[in-house]
Amino acid sequence: MTPDTVAGALSRHGYLPDEGISTAVFLAMTLQRPLLLEGEAGVGKTELAKTLATATGGQLIRLQCYEGIDVSQAVYDWDYARQLLHLRATEATGESTRRTADELENELYGERFLIKRALLRSIEPVEGPPPVLLIDEIDRADDEFEAYLLEVLSDFQITIPEVGVFSAEQPPLVILTSNRTRDVHDALKRRCLYHWVEHPDFDREVAIVKLRVPGIEAELARQVAGAVETLRGLSLYKPPGVAETIDWATALGRLGATELTEQVVANTLGTVVKYREDNQRVEQHGVADLVEQAIATGRAHRDAPEQLTIADT
Amino acid sequence: MNAPAPAASPADIAVAFTQVLRGIGLSVPTSCTHTFAAALCETGLTDRTTTYWVGRSTLVRRMEDIALYDRAFAVFFEGRRSDVDEEPVEELTISIAVDTDDDSADGNDDAADGIDDEVIELRFSATETLRHKDFADYSPDELAHAHELMTHLRLVGAPRASLRQGPTSRRTSMPDIRRTVRSAIRAGGEPIERHHLAPTPRLRRLVLLLDVSGSMEPYARGLLRFVHAAVAGRQKVEAFALGTRLTRITRELTSRDPDIALRAAGERVTDWSGGTRLGSGLRQFNDEWGVRGLARNSIVVILSDGWDRGEPEQLGAEMERLQRVTHRLIWVNPLKVTPGYAPLARGMAAALPYVDRFVEGHSVAAMEELTRVIADG
Repeated sequence: MTPDTVAGALSRHGYLPDEGISTAVFLAMTLQRPLLLEGEAGVGKTELAKTLATATGGQLIRLQCYEGIDVSQAVYDWDYARQLLHLRATEATGESTRRTADELENELYGERFLIKRALLRSIEPVEGPPPVLLIDEIDRADDEFEAYLLEVLSDFQITIPEVGVFSAEQPPLVILTSNRTRDVHDALKRRCLYHWVEHPDFDREVAIVKLRVPGIEAELARQVAGAVETLRGLSLYKPPGVAETIDWATALGRLGATELTEQVVANTLGTVVKYREDNQRVEQHGVADLVEQAIATGRAHRDAPEQLTIADT
Repeated sequence: MNAPAPAASPADIAVAFTQVLRGIGLSVPTSCTHTFAAALCETGLTDRTTTYWVGRSTLVRRMEDIALYDRAFAVFFEGRRSDVDEEPVEELTISIAVDTDDDSADGNDDAADGIDDEVIELRFSATETLRHKDFADYSPDELAHAHELMTHLRLVGAPRASLRQGPTSRRTSMPDIRRTVRSAIRAGGEPIERHHLAPTPRLRRLVLLLDVSGSMEPYARGLLRFVHAAVAGRQKVEAFALGTRLTRITRELTSRDPDIALRAAGERVTDWSGGTRLGSGLRQFNDEWGVRGLARNSIVVILSDGWDRGEPEQLGAEMERLQRVTHRLIWVNPLKVTPGYAPLARGMAAALPYVDRFVEGHSVAAMEELTRVIADG
């Protein structure tokens, strides 16, 4: 395996990584270290994990973090209803008289009544390739949870007092994402590889649009990428990410547009620009100008040989 | 910074390059060097781009450090100084007035006894006057003493209910099934004892934005001490300096030793007493930190006199944007106490409609009042 084969595998499954991402993923796989991805919203952090799962054939296990997430939601919980039912059943059948309280309690806290949540599932032995564990938006979880995660990620081992120690035969491929709403603790970062995900460059973005929006005219794809590039230069509150570019191109495709016009851009701007202030900024810049620039960019790149082709598809 | 000899092993190169990175101020733990070396063994050193990305994903852990890394990489692996005209990295000589003053006032171990006596005298007789004295009129000694007064300020901040549930003795609407079943098993399956959960209280995050521009000069040194007292004395506080640019100084101020903390902050902020661009500074804060999440549901305190050389419209727009995500937006203006003060500074006038509380900030007593305002939530 090399970074190039990683890139090839990812692009075959619909994700066009740049060299940085493919190297980072390659290292995460060979060194078996978690990969922490940071970047603006909509640059494809979550998408990378999903594609990795399809590309490796491992199961995708996703843990969406939020404030207050704790062990019972992320690691394991007990099936209390079934525990109580079981208890009642043993009593009704008179079975409980033949057992000591300890025996009964051991049975109730056995694996049969254990509900496995994302982290525990990710270290369970599996047939075939190890799963991909996506820990999404780690910055939303609180410090307590981060500290717990640190323990799990350093030796892929989880202790459940009533049952015992679970440890992974094959550690999962772990992807963490963060939107930088707060600093992730240094100790956690130290265990991870780090990659800052940038917006793709023009050619890559065109290639992504073509890949993700089948049947889109090449000219329109270039114009959309050109317009998005201009929008990113307008210092908007929320510059559009790749996700927005794809949404926009899809919307244009549905409307049957074959090229950008002032009218069609004005009608679909809501797929890329999502703040009222940003809308005003675009209007100030002039939708007509935006379209004109996009068409010019599209034309300029038309004759240039395309650098990015997906050879293996 | 010697270029590696051709025969050097990946481990040697990793160590040498890490040292270069540390030399220019990047913090690289040894474990990262190990990872870097291991990664180089996997990829080899033949391809420049691969080596670049291998280093970047193993040695860099913050987006802010990428530029430094790039520079070091160019020097180390390509043997060239980056030819881009960088902003002149100022030598670390900038220190605010307060630091040097501080040295003479607080350096008790090597200072003459006479100075010690002076400080002690001040402590007994002048505390009350000092509490109300304007920061701008402080002597260095008084400033040091005022700082001590400020360390005693307890910044509590109103707690908010978090989404994390914890056991409680009250009967709430949230049953604690785990504990209830636990005791039911002991009682032969009969849920006699019922346990409940309630949201655990959490401290609301406090974000302090300190204006360090020229017009704030007389106050900035006093207020920085307040900011330090807040950062060192409480959890969940973030501090930023607003000048011609925005600088995050939380990490620098976490040291409990005021001398170390203030010096570190002084070195970090390169635009002390420069111009103010409140609007663009706030814009940067909103984009990179605030609206993203740091200011969401937090108490944000801006310590500034409201003099702004930028466009007041921009300041107004950014204040509006900030106010929409914060829990409380408090503006502390040291000039507010001036008799006949009206918020005439254009920036202040533009910002005022979006401010939840507008308070004074010229003295220790005023800062005490501020802590009360913060505690009210």
